[in-house]
Amino acid sequence: MTDDKRHLDTTEHAAKTPDTEQPWSELGLKEDEYDRIREILGRRPTGAELAMYSVMWSEHCSYKSSKVHLKQFGEKAPESDAMLVGIGENAGVVDVGQGYAVTFKVESHNHPSYIEPYQGAATGIGGIVRDILAMGARPVAVMDPLRFGAADHPDTRRVLPGVVAGIGGYGNCLGLPNIGGEVVFDPCYQGNPLVNALCVGVMKHEDIHLAKASGVGNKVILYGARTGGDGIGGVSVLASETFDAEGPAKRPAVQVGDPFQEKLLIECTLEIFREKLVAGIQDLGGAGLSCATSELASAGSGGMRVELDTVPLRDNTLSPEEILMSESQERMCAVVEPDKVDRFLEICEKWDVIATVIGEVTDGDRLEIYWHGEQIVDVPPRSVAHDGPVYQRPYARPEWQDALQADDANKLPRPATPEELREQVLRLVASPNQASKAWITDQYDRYVLGNTVLAMPEDGGVIRIDDDTNLGVAVATDGNGRYAKLDPYTGAQLALAESYRNVAATGAEPLAVTDCLNFGSPEDPAAMWQFAEATRGLADACQQLGTPVTGGNVSLYNQTGDLAIHPTPVVGVLGVIDDVTRRTPMAFAEEGQLLYLLGDTREELGGSAWSQVIHDHLGGLPPKVDLERERLLAEILVSASRDGMVDAAHDLSDGGLVQAVTESCLRGGKGARLVVPDGIDPFVFLFSESQGRAVVSVPRSEEVRFNDMCGARGLPATRIGVVDGDSIEVQGQFSLPLAELREAHEATLPALFA
Amino acid sequence: MTTRIGVVTFPGSLDDQDALRAVKLAGGEPVSLWHRDKDLHQVDAVVLPGGFSYGDYLRCGAIARFSPVMSTIIEQAKAGMPVLGICNGFQVLCESHLLPGALTRNDHLHFICRDQRLRVENNNTAWTTDYAAGQEITVPLKNGEGGYVADERTLDELEAEGRVVFRYLDVNPNGSRRDIAGITNAAGNVVGLMPHPEHAVEALTGPTTDGLGFFTSAIKKLVNA
Repeated sequence: MTDDKRHLDTTEHAAKTPDTEQPWSELGLKEDEYDRIREILGRRPTGAELAMYSVMWSEHCSYKSSKVHLKQFGEKAPESDAMLVGIGENAGVVDVGQGYAVTFKVESHNHPSYIEPYQGAATGIGGIVRDILAMGARPVAVMDPLRFGAADHPDTRRVLPGVVAGIGGYGNCLGLPNIGGEVVFDPCYQGNPLVNALCVGVMKHEDIHLAKASGVGNKVILYGARTGGDGIGGVSVLASETFDAEGPAKRPAVQVGDPFQEKLLIECTLEIFREKLVAGIQDLGGAGLSCATSELASAGSGGMRVELDTVPLRDNTLSPEEILMSESQERMCAVVEPDKVDRFLEICEKWDVIATVIGEVTDGDRLEIYWHGEQIVDVPPRSVAHDGPVYQRPYARPEWQDALQADDANKLPRPATPEELREQVLRLVASPNQASKAWITDQYDRYVLGNTVLAMPEDGGVIRIDDDTNLGVAVATDGNGRYAKLDPYTGAQLALAESYRNVAATGAEPLAVTDCLNFGSPEDPAAMWQFAEATRGLADACQQLGTPVTGGNVSLYNQTGDLAIHPTPVVGVLGVIDDVTRRTPMAFAEEGQLLYLLGDTREELGGSAWSQVIHDHLGGLPPKVDLERERLLAEILVSASRDGMVDAAHDLSDGGLVQAVTESCLRGGKGARLVVPDGIDPFVFLFSESQGRAVVSVPRSEEVRFNDMCGARGLPATRIGVVDGDSIEVQGQFSLPLAELREAHEATLPALFA
Repeated sequence: MTTRIGVVTFPGSLDDQDALRAVKLAGGEPVSLWHRDKDLHQVDAVVLPGGFSYGDYLRCGAIARFSPVMSTIIEQAKAGMPVLGICNGFQVLCESHLLPGALTRNDHLHFICRDQRLRVENNNTAWTTDYAAGQEITVPLKNGEGGYVADERTLDELEAEGRVVFRYLDVNPNGSRRDIAGITNAAGNVVGLMPHPEHAVEALTGPTTDGLGFFTSAIKKLVNA
């Protein structure tokens, strides 16, 4: 990368050689961006500086296309007493009571997981876990919202098993329970699978740590794995460009993970926190040392000086530019007061973690990096970390949007006879999207740490965070790209609504939001319009529901050629439950209990699972969203859990009522007799995806009280049947034995992937 | 006097906190032991927990076997101290030759996490006296390398001497020979198994509380000793 390999490109050399050709374009920078760097520095950048700017100004790190839209999450943030740390840090932090704080965040690792499924997915977990750790929290659980191409496509057989093995291989070895997530198949993800990862961490309020380097003379310590040549340009080459079939292989840009090293890093870091040894801390993820040093220095009060040749290497031939860009995993960077350095290093030694003082905080305002005594970087850190370019990308509603919305799914041919209805129910619950995901989730450890109260396939994962008081948190993630394709504004709100509902179904009160916004190329006005609409929709809905966005991630360029994915905002909601022993599971387990449908059912089949499975159709409008109704439903579900009025609850989402009842019956091993309420068509009753609904199982002794509560608060509650027998019987329509449903529901994924 | 049960933390141990909690719930005094420390701190029994000791990059349990703490544990186990190896702990016991055989990659090649039904075949070991012979229990199982193997002669010996302590029911989840889930040494003080009793000690977080009996068995035996 230096103009002459034998000659180090120092700042002095750069000042003297203004006309040297530099590979800014190969590093993903645009010409005007390169010009701006020259303007900031008053000279051409050195090779090392160019490397730093190129990764930090990449789409992935700088959010240059999305920033102008993302600021709505701050501007429209609802008043919330729960927020302790907001957007901008490694992860947001939420107060959950009793002196505890919870931090959670979802991130994407989409592009690497397509190139190299195992390592891509594995390091996706590793990265998000370090983000959580860097806030001062002990990571306590992970979740993975996943999206793949068609289930029967040959390449899905390459990608899915690799991704699942990577998540399991890394997460299981790290000792974090995997408590939920999603698996969705759709041809739109064929060349761009979405591998998102969420992590939750817990700490006491006083343990919150921030990423800043303050205090002149404080030491900068790099600890964890040695730095190698893996992942160079991961953020700029992989995550910020579309795939090009003609291009060179990009596998070397994928990082390689070592979960054992990460486990040591977690325990070591938590011990360091306990002894209050750090003044600031940052994990090394995308953009590696470039990111950590510039962000720490930028957020702090002084400058920073780093001796880059002290960085422990796996490969001694790495150039300074490569060391700065490497995305080798399992590394952290801490700022430590000089008199605490010895103890810091001692704890690292105890955990067999390599730790090296690589620099110190200076009283200047520059980030200076030296290589064997010669200065190779001299930049204002803020210009690298926080003042990257900002783009107002043009966006426009695509001309096909109207035709798509006019193609009404409510007009599709429907089953004409009870036999046909029965047959379509079986096809629905056996379809890859609606089928049991146990083949995947059974490859993840959900028990480790001994605090998992609910895990998949439950609506939300529930984790106990205090053994003595039984305080706990619930987390769910949801997203529906089909809905968002039909209407991105509504689709994003529906993702939030479903996640919110899922958390409430477990009995927890929804508190805060994290989001992973997966979209196509920002350079395509249609994809950019989808992004703008979705962020606006999500920000508006968060405001209305009183659940602030605490942080998250944007993944653009999920596009191969002209083929973009469905706009796919994935929304994670965190809730708090003051006593996990009152959590509401989804299983219908007690014969004789009454089944109530909460909410209103309308004829809403646009984007539905039924329209996809039976007609391979996507058109019309997504279901209507009513956030006030969602809030009321959530309040009822939480109250019912608190007062012991329901023994089971399951939210209604894709697949509608019949999907929810099937899942709850199979989970509990009990059947159900259902009666179609007056005035509703049986088909609509079973398959509609109207929002703001849940089905609950009510003990007979609680029926009057439960009905009174719903009536008094104005939530429609319709008795639709009873838990009974060993089949699902819809009166006057059909009966399906549980054994037949189970076979249909559980055989699909093993048949495709085992 | 309460019974002190030590739980070893190797680098990469994952279920050590769970095992400590299980000891406490069973009425014992949990004691953390560190892999670099030869001193067992006067514990009466030891649990080797699940996880991936030293990353298990070579062969599961192969490095842990040579840790300082294991040298004392091997010595004490031979002298009769109750030792329970769970999952990775079972692998360490096999690598240490305190138990015969070895654990290999699951026959289906995937990590598997499931609620596993087992039959208690021997209720005379230090860790199983609180169960009835033939009792069926359900505890979580989670492993990638849990296939128990040994040569035919060793397997015959184990069967003949009643040293098969647990057998898988319903499903053999990993291809273990003769459905063996756990075994003991001839003296009955050292027990190893792949499933995780420490994850079945609370109704709230486990599928059952069937795992508690392991720990209460050891505590009773030591109190009466």
